[in-house]
Amino acid sequence: MLTQALELVVALTAAPLFLGWINQCRAWLQNRTAPSVWLPYRGIRKLFFKDAVIAQNASALFRLAPYIVFGTMVVAAAIIPSMGTRLPLTTAADAIALVGLLATARVFMALAAMDVGTAFGSLGARREMMVGFLAEPALLMVIFVASMISSTTALPAITEHLATQNLALFPSLAFTAIAFTMVLLAENARIPIDNPATHLELTMIHEATLLEYSARHLALMEWASALKLFNYACIGFAMFVPWGVSTGTDGPASLLASIPLLAVKLAVAGAALAIIETVSAKLRVFRAPEFLAVAFLLAVLGLLVHLLLGA
Amino acid sequence: MKVLAISPLSICLTVLALWCFIGLAGLLRPRSLKFVGRTLFPLGALCGIALAVIAAVSLAGAPETAILPIGLPDLPVHLRSDALSRFFLFLLGATSSGISIFAAGYFRRGEGTLPGLLCLQYHLFLASMGFVLLADDAYAFMVAWETMALSSYFLVTAQHGIAEIRRAGFLYLLIAHVGAISILLAFGVMQGGSWQFTFDAMRGAQLAPQAATVAFLLALFGFGAKAGLVPLHVWLPEAHPAAPSPVSALMSGVMLKTAVYAMLRVSFDLLGHAQWWWGLVPLGLGLFSAFYGVVFAAVQTDMKRLLAYSSIENLGIIFTGLGLAIVFHGVGMPSLEALALIALLYHTLNHAFIKSLLFLGTGAVLHSTGERNLGRLGGLIHRMPWVAWLTLIGALAMAGLPPLNGFVSEWLLLQAFLFAHEVPRSFVNMLLPMGAALIAMAAALAAYVMVKFFGVIFLGQPREAGLAHAKDAGILQRIGLGWLALGCIALGLLPTYVLRALRIVCTQLSGAALPNANAPWWLLVPLPGRQASYSALVLFLAVATVVLLTMLSVRLLYHRRVRRSAPWDCGFGRLDARMQDSAEGFGQPIRHIFQAFFGVERELPSPFDRKPHYRVVVADLIWRAVYAPLEPLVQSVANAFAWLQQGRIAAYLLYSFVTLVVLLGLVL
Repeated sequence: MLTQALELVVALTAAPLFLGWINQCRAWLQNRTAPSVWLPYRGIRKLFFKDAVIAQNASALFRLAPYIVFGTMVVAAAIIPSMGTRLPLTTAADAIALVGLLATARVFMALAAMDVGTAFGSLGARREMMVGFLAEPALLMVIFVASMISSTTALPAITEHLATQNLALFPSLAFTAIAFTMVLLAENARIPIDNPATHLELTMIHEATLLEYSARHLALMEWASALKLFNYACIGFAMFVPWGVSTGTDGPASLLASIPLLAVKLAVAGAALAIIETVSAKLRVFRAPEFLAVAFLLAVLGLLVHLLLGA
Repeated sequence: MKVLAISPLSICLTVLALWCFIGLAGLLRPRSLKFVGRTLFPLGALCGIALAVIAAVSLAGAPETAILPIGLPDLPVHLRSDALSRFFLFLLGATSSGISIFAAGYFRRGEGTLPGLLCLQYHLFLASMGFVLLADDAYAFMVAWETMALSSYFLVTAQHGIAEIRRAGFLYLLIAHVGAISILLAFGVMQGGSWQFTFDAMRGAQLAPQAATVAFLLALFGFGAKAGLVPLHVWLPEAHPAAPSPVSALMSGVMLKTAVYAMLRVSFDLLGHAQWWWGLVPLGLGLFSAFYGVVFAAVQTDMKRLLAYSSIENLGIIFTGLGLAIVFHGVGMPSLEALALIALLYHTLNHAFIKSLLFLGTGAVLHSTGERNLGRLGGLIHRMPWVAWLTLIGALAMAGLPPLNGFVSEWLLLQAFLFAHEVPRSFVNMLLPMGAALIAMAAALAAYVMVKFFGVIFLGQPREAGLAHAKDAGILQRIGLGWLALGCIALGLLPTYVLRALRIVCTQLSGAALPNANAPWWLLVPLPGRQASYSALVLFLAVATVVLLTMLSVRLLYHRRVRRSAPWDCGFGRLDARMQDSAEGFGQPIRHIFQAFFGVERELPSPFDRKPHYRVVVADLIWRAVYAPLEPLVQSVANAFAWLQQGRIAAYLLYSFVTLVVLLGLVL
């Protein structure tokens, strides 16, 4: 229970900071002066105070969607073992359910984007779903490989199993790690697929779905996006760098120790993400399916490698 | 053998007979919409509920048999109800009651067939499906099966004034009969030389392995044609849009499931010793159908065709589960076999509720707008809120999202796939888990399809001016939709109760049992010790709590001011409804990515066209590859035999005479 509460608080508070940190790293790499790492917080706070402006023909679904998207992301954060594995909520949702939860958020976001009936909204919804239908099975296959190695689909059990293995390289995990990174980039609207910093009509995917939102709704959506990136990073840690997570037998001290460790992992991951984004160019939208198909095939290849080599 | 006693079987039979009588009663006042709609259809719905209740209550009971002395002399009708047939009877009763209530408010005057006649065909259709599930000999089964095909054919062609509908009906009838011949042949092989056509005799028949294989493949062909497995799927996207919506719902939701029932009956009950590799055939066909169906669903522009292709996808998923179950059965892994069986039965039940709900939703839209074309709909959530929100539940369930029911069965199937590598057959144990990748992609594509379906119909701005006058569904229609939506929610939130019932079905059918996991009632644990668990209720409550807390804190900490204004749309001022994605537009990425699957014909306007015209036709390549060459072949064979048709009565009498002599010679 303690772990659960701590994870929720850390996820909610640290997610915007993670976004700020990535922006900071990107600015360093691009010889720019970075905005403050606290900028995402200020943005969210400012939006909460503003008056919400909603299109005349927006339905209740449009107003409900930000809450649902935010809610699913918060619950997703609660079932990913980022710091400890004693998470009561994970009995209710295993890794497949986690993928389902993320899909729920995506579907609601796409539906909300279509609700007002603008050209950009439906364009964004279509592209978001296009990215999703390739990224989601890829993510599921990545999780499948980790599940097969540890013969369970419960995320904490996967993490515990992988953390207690000898430090050996699983060839299958190497494949899936690459696939997962590609999925992470695509799902979180990062550079080869989407550019979080631009609103250029022809290229935007994720931002197009949020165009009609303002004020508190936009704040929740932004916060949910930050949480999503944070969640994906933590899913990656749970499968590929599971060390240092407080497991069943450890005391509360190990939980405290896992906080700085998570911070280090996030800092490194954020920097790595910034490097990837700096050295790669954005793909045309038509090329995005190829990128994602590669991710999907790599994940399937990982599965095959696991079945062939048993590792 | 008791015929008339108060046993669950006799109550089921009474309900089926009542359906026949309700149908006949329609002929009393065939033109009276009030009598048929307000009295007979609700009565039929009540019968459906009674059937569902009796089937559910008696599910765990021992198998019952009965012999009805009707039909030909010395050929009485054998009936039998066991857990499998009761499960499917429950499915029939529970979904058809919702559909019948909806139908009570649906049929209108002046649309093709008279209401009374429609009532007869509709209830005969229901009763024949019930008899298919209860039949215990090949004769009774085939009679019920053919009655089902014929009554649904007449229902499909209710608006027989339209040539396209007549064509769809003919295609349906044709493939149904090609399938029926194959089923008949399968029964012929299964009797194994005893010439006894009761199912009991078939259970006892000792078939040579080759003969059993032939029987299995024939049955798979015949029932696969009814289930719409690719490449026998071509009738589905034609017949479903042609039929009135309650009939499409019944066909897609229930009739397709009779094929699943029969396939289970044949492979686990009648053919005692299934060989493991048989499973690979339905597995492969199922995976291909699932993928093919969903890819085609994504590019459809007609909302009912879209749903028909989505049915092909889901039947594909069900047959994938069937294949997996047979493989596990053949290699002697009973707990995994039970898991796969439960997954497929669960998905069967889910799909019955979801697809009925969605088809009825399209029916309500069709009635109030007169449009089936997605390109002329939009924004109906404002005009038809009841239909929209209830359909949304169906769409989310179809997309396989937690906490609704579609997710549970997909989750169970993926769990079964996760352990498929333990099958002790080399190569196969490596290929089987790859199936999970295809299922995962089909599920993700289903979400794409459902966003398109719901978004284009109900969200955005109305694409036609006439949509401003669309009216919401009437009270009876709302009840029907609500009943099915409630089913989707209940099946999603309380999976452990469903699982408990399905365990019984599974144990009675194949002897395979899931080991008891000792989980609490709210937690779904398919296999003990595997550390996989899922609780839709807790997950739902967790998300709902966070949503409510967020709403509350936003209101308390900040404010709830809302201002309405014109859509921003990046500051582009002159927004109109035609700038939204059309159905073609929404499907464009799929068309682009899966080009190889489609035969796309496009006519693009040149920049200088005064009247620009854009046309795109997405054709089914299988039609061109398989069916189109068949047509001249059939024609030439028919021509070769044309000389038999002399057109003189004497010639035909001679044929009869010769046939009789030959038959006599054979018998004596």
